[in-house]
Amino acid sequence: MNRYPLWRYLIIGFALIISVVYTLPNFFGEVPAVQISSLKATARIDTPVMELVEKTLKANAIQLDGIFTDPNSIKVRFKDTDTQLKAKDVLEQALNPDRESPSFILALNLISDSPKWFNAINSLPMYLGLDLRGGIHFLLQVDLKAAFNKRLDGQVAYIRNALREKKIPYTGIAREGQAVFVKFRDADTRDRAQREIERVAPDFALKTAEEVGEFRIVATLTPQAQAETQKSAIEQNITTLRNRVNELGVAEPIIQQQGADRIVVQLPGVQDTARAKDILGRTATLEIRMVEAHASDPAARDYDPAKIDAAVKGNIPFGTELFYERRGPTAEPLLVSKQVVITGERLTKAAPTFDQRDQRPVVAIELDGQGARLMRDATRDSIKRRMAVLLIEKGKPEVITAPVIQDQLGGSFQITGSKSPREASDLALLLRAGALAAPMDIIEERTVGPSLGAENIRIGFHSTWIGFAAVSAFMVAYYLMFGLISIVALAINVFFLIALLSMLQATLTLPGMAGIALTVGMAIDANVLINERIREELRNGNTPQAAIHAGYDRAWGTIIDSNITTLIAGVMLFLLGSGPVKGFAVVLCLGIGTSIFSAVMVSRGIVNLYYGRRRRLESLSIGQIWKPGAEVKEKA
Amino acid sequence: MEFFRIKRDIPFMRHALIFNVISVITFLVAVVSLATKGLNLGVDFTGGTVMEVSYAQAPDVNKIRESLTKLGFADAAVQTFGTSRDVLIRLPVKQGLTSAQLSEQVMIELRKGSDTVQMRRVEFVGPQVGSELIENGALALLFVSLGIVAYLALRFEWKFGVAAIIANLHDVVIILGFFSLFQWDFSLTVLAAVLAILGYSVNESVVVFDRIRENFRKMRRASVTTIIDNAITRTMSRTIITHGSTQLMVTSMLFFGGEALHYFALALTIGICFGIYSSVLVASPIVMWLRVSREDLVKPEKKTEIGAAI
Repeated sequence: MNRYPLWRYLIIGFALIISVVYTLPNFFGEVPAVQISSLKATARIDTPVMELVEKTLKANAIQLDGIFTDPNSIKVRFKDTDTQLKAKDVLEQALNPDRESPSFILALNLISDSPKWFNAINSLPMYLGLDLRGGIHFLLQVDLKAAFNKRLDGQVAYIRNALREKKIPYTGIAREGQAVFVKFRDADTRDRAQREIERVAPDFALKTAEEVGEFRIVATLTPQAQAETQKSAIEQNITTLRNRVNELGVAEPIIQQQGADRIVVQLPGVQDTARAKDILGRTATLEIRMVEAHASDPAARDYDPAKIDAAVKGNIPFGTELFYERRGPTAEPLLVSKQVVITGERLTKAAPTFDQRDQRPVVAIELDGQGARLMRDATRDSIKRRMAVLLIEKGKPEVITAPVIQDQLGGSFQITGSKSPREASDLALLLRAGALAAPMDIIEERTVGPSLGAENIRIGFHSTWIGFAAVSAFMVAYYLMFGLISIVALAINVFFLIALLSMLQATLTLPGMAGIALTVGMAIDANVLINERIREELRNGNTPQAAIHAGYDRAWGTIIDSNITTLIAGVMLFLLGSGPVKGFAVVLCLGIGTSIFSAVMVSRGIVNLYYGRRRRLESLSIGQIWKPGAEVKEKA
Repeated sequence: MEFFRIKRDIPFMRHALIFNVISVITFLVAVVSLATKGLNLGVDFTGGTVMEVSYAQAPDVNKIRESLTKLGFADAAVQTFGTSRDVLIRLPVKQGLTSAQLSEQVMIELRKGSDTVQMRRVEFVGPQVGSELIENGALALLFVSLGIVAYLALRFEWKFGVAAIIANLHDVVIILGFFSLFQWDFSLTVLAAVLAILGYSVNESVVVFDRIRENFRKMRRASVTTIIDNAITRTMSRTIITHGSTQLMVTSMLFFGGEALHYFALALTIGICFGIYSSVLVASPIVMWLRVSREDLVKPEKKTEIGAAI
């Protein structure tokens, strides 16, 4: 009766193999690596880059130990730190020929030294939280109200222009709070205006209101427009932050939205908080200026190869600057006026979309009222001229695009010429990357020094280990063979837990490590329950085999009950907790699952294997069974 | 080896009143302390900045305080912890200064006093985040309690659910009472420990309740008191051993887990000790006083079906 069918052993065996495979990378330690990621939306991590990396290393006779790619980066592993440093220098030169404006970011990193096939099956070491590896954590609050206001202010000017163009008289237009009020003398004009506004500004929900001698339209952003504004504001802020973080050369930064209006930035390994905050808080600016001369498109105005040639040789005319546009395969020299038409602050929207006529990918731009007026004035006489869009970061301007003006431009226009939707979305991101869409505040900061991180790992490991040893000693002394089996099951439980954490790449924090220790302490509960039940069955005079069977059977219900209550607490902690506490909750919940499995399935499996096949089992090695009344006999 | 050699059932329920008086007194002390002294809430909840710095030699704490006063932080708290070389500085939220500038300023000032000073950890929590965390913590406590009551009501009977949650919330209040009485630092991790304990020590009540139900089925003639006494006596060995082994792990954390896990382990220790006591000796009398009866648990199946049909 205490035999398991083969499939149960197979399940246990399979679970064991899987967990060993996924636990192993945690024990291999780490080796130096160089991590290459893209610094610009225009520089992609793809096969040509990988080939270039391999070729460069080969040309310089640098031995690499492995090369791994994921969608965002290439990691090259090396034997030792010297090779790593040498390789970084060589690759830096090959990938970023222009020091002034690097396209790739190369960071020194440590990656797991596990054999390559582990990586192939996604078997990675546990992901350590900042409190264990050291680094900086920021929580930033995005001021969405400011983003809405900016959008509304843009629309005010836009509506004003539309009404003027149609010669619809209004007596006033202004934004108050989150709504735009437009006032009219009579109902008729108002209705005409309403139709016009509906046509030009579909993002508004319009309501009419009447007061003494005053007819009004109250325009508010539609929920969709609000959601869209919110999404693009957060997206833009994240992009901007990512661009800035890239400069810090952090190997694995995390920049994520959290909740409706917050952004988390985690920079593992970064110690220089002052510099990190400085860079995160910096603002880049976007400028649009006119191109004075170019040498690529004879159909556009100011086509003047001679002037460009002279400029490249150093003869730059007064009032202009020489820049290179880098979006194409070759850098195109341009002479750009020093006079700024508009700055990025006037930009309220830049989104990839498709041209309504020919379905080509384009970038739709919206400017605020002042921007629209400036743009209109600047482009009235500039049809067929080229317009350069410059991104200025750290005082270094760069031309991100220089399209030909096809028509007089106003508050909203398109930039065509993108070859693919992806190119259009990159350009849109770049246009928006210049500035933050809405101001942000740091509302939480946690910095952990590297020495403290390493110490935390040591402490967490130590206390778990000592506790485990103490529990083992007790269990074996008290329950003998059954104690030993419980301990084996418990050790397997820890394996399962670490394997699961590695598989899910859940973040392991110091409270998470405490969670592992606590899980071990709590998992033994199930084993004690079972062992006590078996003793009790023996005490009641059952045969050993029947006692094992009944013991496991009866303990099952209790084990489930007691674990479900802990699970309820764990799930709530996960849902409502934050940061390190969430790590604790994850471990707690996973630990409950693994401990039920290991205490019930695995330990029963071992018991069955050891005792199940013996026909005439006289006694169990489960420690002394004391029966009331038997004491006198024992002593005699 | 066998620790518990109990010949007869121990008449726990005869002394139920005594246990409950003990509970009420501890509970009242905890409540009074919470009401008058309150909790020493950590930076997680109050908002503000905590900095941990370490020196090569033991620094003069008063000097550090002086340099902070120079910066305008007269109300900064400075204390050593762990070793005398590690110093913890707490700064209240200050309007118009971001955490970045704040911690930098402090470090610059401290470096003037000694070049060996090293920044180990900075934690800044804005006031709005702090109040959110308090809110979420309270919500978590509420939902965990409701979840446990619902589960036990489903699994046993509402009387058991209510008894278990009263017993365990009494533990929670006592843990909080300890933290208030000794003004220990109450942080987010401590809150996590409290919630984990809430889920964990309900186990004990569950085990006893399980036995009570089983006894109701087996011991048809016995009185409710005898049944409860027997259930507690028979599960005692298990209760002490499991809690003992969990406590072994927690003790290891308490002594070897360093400063970061100290209060976490402390909360768990108090929770485990009171958990044994309360989930057995508080929950069971409550069940008794709620007049649990055989019919509550051992329902004839058919009867309920008919009842449901009507």
